[in-house]
Amino acid sequence: MAEAPALRPEGTETPALRLEGVTCTFPSPDGRGSTYTAVQGVSFTVAAGEFVSIVGPTGSGKSTLLNVAAGLLEPSEGRAFAFGQLVNGINPLAGYMFQAEALMPWKSALENVAAGLEFRGVSKREAEERARPWLARVGLDRFGDRYPHQLSGGMRKRVALAQTLIVDPKIVLMDEPFSALDIQTRQMMENELLDLWSADRKSVVFITHDLEEAISMSDRVLVLSAGPGARLIGEYPVDLERPRDVAEIRMTPHFLDLHREIWGQLREEVLKGYAQTKLK
Amino acid sequence: MAVARTKRLPSRPVILLLQVAVLIGFFLLWHVLTATNILSPFFFGTPLAVLERTWNDFASGVIWYHLGITLLETALAFAIGTVAGIAFGFWFARAPLVSVVFDPYIKAVNALPRVVLAPIFALWLGLGIWSKVALGVTLVFFIVFFNVYQGVKEVSPVVLANARMLGASNRHLFRHVYLPSALSWVFSSLHTAVGFAMVGAVVGEYLGSAAGLGYRIHQAEGVFDTVGVFSGMLVLTIFVVVIDVVVTVIEKRLLHWRPQEAQTTNAQG
Repeated sequence: MAEAPALRPEGTETPALRLEGVTCTFPSPDGRGSTYTAVQGVSFTVAAGEFVSIVGPTGSGKSTLLNVAAGLLEPSEGRAFAFGQLVNGINPLAGYMFQAEALMPWKSALENVAAGLEFRGVSKREAEERARPWLARVGLDRFGDRYPHQLSGGMRKRVALAQTLIVDPKIVLMDEPFSALDIQTRQMMENELLDLWSADRKSVVFITHDLEEAISMSDRVLVLSAGPGARLIGEYPVDLERPRDVAEIRMTPHFLDLHREIWGQLREEVLKGYAQTKLK
Repeated sequence: MAVARTKRLPSRPVILLLQVAVLIGFFLLWHVLTATNILSPFFFGTPLAVLERTWNDFASGVIWYHLGITLLETALAFAIGTVAGIAFGFWFARAPLVSVVFDPYIKAVNALPRVVLAPIFALWLGLGIWSKVALGVTLVFFIVFFNVYQGVKEVSPVVLANARMLGASNRHLFRHVYLPSALSWVFSSLHTAVGFAMVGAVVGEYLGSAAGLGYRIHQAEGVFDTVGVFSGMLVLTIFVVVIDVVVTVIEKRLLHWRPQEAQTTNAQG
């Protein structure tokens, strides 16, 4: 049997996500008509099935880039493409896991997970039937009828993860999703995320300020400079073998080499960012 | 189960007992003061006479008609005021220009003591139930309006962005995000709104009508029948307490998703 002909030769496959010269300028919070440029001329691509982390000091506009990729924010300059399509309005191929609490507090865990399917026209009953295995997959099958305030921070993140993944987004955008968790819960969640990800290899853009988290999870780490006008200043492939255990991999010599190399560059930016916040 | 050390209260039956004791104490004091003529029974009535009158009114059934009228007015005022408040609250919250332009007028009308409108409504709508309903609506509307406005405005932008990323259309956002958020604010003001609906009904009846609890009290006052006035007040109080219990039950059912932190303030076990 002949395979369907490949539309593109190997190697020039359409990237899952491509940002081209993205610049985002906001009105300054002091309201005097001055402006603040968060990110300046940022371009990068994420291949299909690739796990990319973006690290940078606080206030370097990491979330801004994610919002552009999600279509929640229109960049002042530049464009974003998802599988070759210009992102204009909400990016329908992307799922977004937010840093802050994003669950609907008036819906139970099960209803929250089912919401995305319901929005896509699936009947409520069927959506909840399909949400059940997802709750089980994040280890919360017994907590379906709990409301978000009745769950712990880690449990809420799991619900949010299931909620994001159930609609099968081709691109998953994650904005420091585990930053509010304690270190043990966090490493558990990181491993769970890697497990889920390895099952069907979606493209992931993972924002974090934690370099160890970035290296242990990703295929590639991008480094943003300190804001304002943050630019991409470094790109590091992470050639650690998979599957990984995020806690164990941190002890390997190769991990430490990578960490030392990237930290060498990131530290300067962190110091710059720190100096700027002190000046204000 | 662990109990916070600082807020330790006696158990619920004990509290109930104490509450009943306060009631009995009040009636005893009243009885003693009027029986010994320290307070004149003509001006203050006597508790036994008031209880007897109330009992007779219920037993003979005359009161049920008036109670029914007041209840009907209260329910209509509440329903109309709430629906209008929700509709306008949504409209104003989603249309910033409208809200900015009308802001001073809304505040001005809300600052007006609504009692002065009662005679106008009686003139426009007659002495039947609708003038009372109108008065109640002017009170309920603003409470609900401001709460819905707030509820829609205060929807977390992250929850909103999350719903949109999950594929919610504008209709979905209304149904799954704005409405539940606004309703939670409406329900938190339910006690006040129902209370105001009843104030509107009773005050309206008091100022001019042919039926209802307010009318009964007004009638009794007209002939210096203090026992009748106090009996009317007693019935009114029982009415309010019953409605409040019903509202609490509804509120608990509808807001079960919210954290229960107000447990200590209303001691609902």
